[in-house]
Amino acid sequence: MTKDNRAIAQSFIDAIPHSHALGMKIDFVGDGEAHMSMDYDERFIGDPATSVIHGGTVFALLDTCGGAAVISHPDHNGATATIDLRVDYMRPASPGQRIRAVATCYNRTRSVAFVRAVAMDDREDKPVATAAGAFVTGG
Amino acid sequence: MTVRTPEPVQVVKQRRDDALAAIVAAIPYIQFLNVSFERRGDELTAVMAYRDTLIGNPALPALHGGAIAAFLEVAAVIELTWATAWAAIEDGTLTPEAITSGHQFALPKTIDFTVDYLRSGLPRDAYARATINRSGRRYASVHVEAWQDNRDRLFAQGTGHFLMPDANSAKAD
Repeated sequence: MTKDNRAIAQSFIDAIPHSHALGMKIDFVGDGEAHMSMDYDERFIGDPATSVIHGGTVFALLDTCGGAAVISHPDHNGATATIDLRVDYMRPASPGQRIRAVATCYNRTRSVAFVRAVAMDDREDKPVATAAGAFVTGG
Repeated sequence: MTVRTPEPVQVVKQRRDDALAAIVAAIPYIQFLNVSFERRGDELTAVMAYRDTLIGNPALPALHGGAIAAFLEVAAVIELTWATAWAAIEDGTLTPEAITSGHQFALPKTIDFTVDYLRSGLPRDAYARATINRSGRRYASVHVEAWQDNRDRLFAQGTGHFLMPDANSAKAD
């Protein structure tokens, strides 16, 4: 992917108010794959006893990253929408650490795109969460 | 036979509202999402008041799928916490102070959560109610339904599994 593509993708994400509010960044996009990240923020805490961020923020990152992977596919035109998404929470995200998500659109039909995604903190060998879902293709 | 005088209605309402407020206030992300809870007896309705920062598709416009998912998950976690704590709140063994301090009080942990996006979320307030379909010692299964204008036309539904607090404190990690 060229640097321009990344900039275009980032401006696309910045135009999504909720992704912007969560501080999501595009790290890579291209050919049905997207990498995104989100910094730790105390406003995202879901469990005050441990300062671990709420699962909903990780869900939002995986959903956005999945959508970016669908849009970045060479055959894709226009926007997309999530049909369904399942997130498995493997372990708590370590407080203070940035969350990175990698999403792959591994199959596409005329109307549906199938996506898998994984979220990690600094320990890349042990995912924080994984996701699988279906997205709308075409308009 | 001795007849116990029923508690004054305001005392009952105050106790329940204070406990609910303490649970909700303990979680910063609920404030970030602008979610509040309405209570009728033990029945809770989660309300996500509309804000521009909840938008995911500015062209339509439509609510962000991530915000919807987070709203459903929050509704499920609070329902489960509320239902589990209800007896202790009612008999006075769990006080709002104890909830706030985090002693003898812990939140369930999400194992997995699945969201079904039925129609796009409109730029207005959203409501959700959660039903606990299984509540065991180790885990619970919770279903959540969300709507906007019409209760019968859901715009999203979700199902999640949660590790119960006692089970996760007993777990060697």
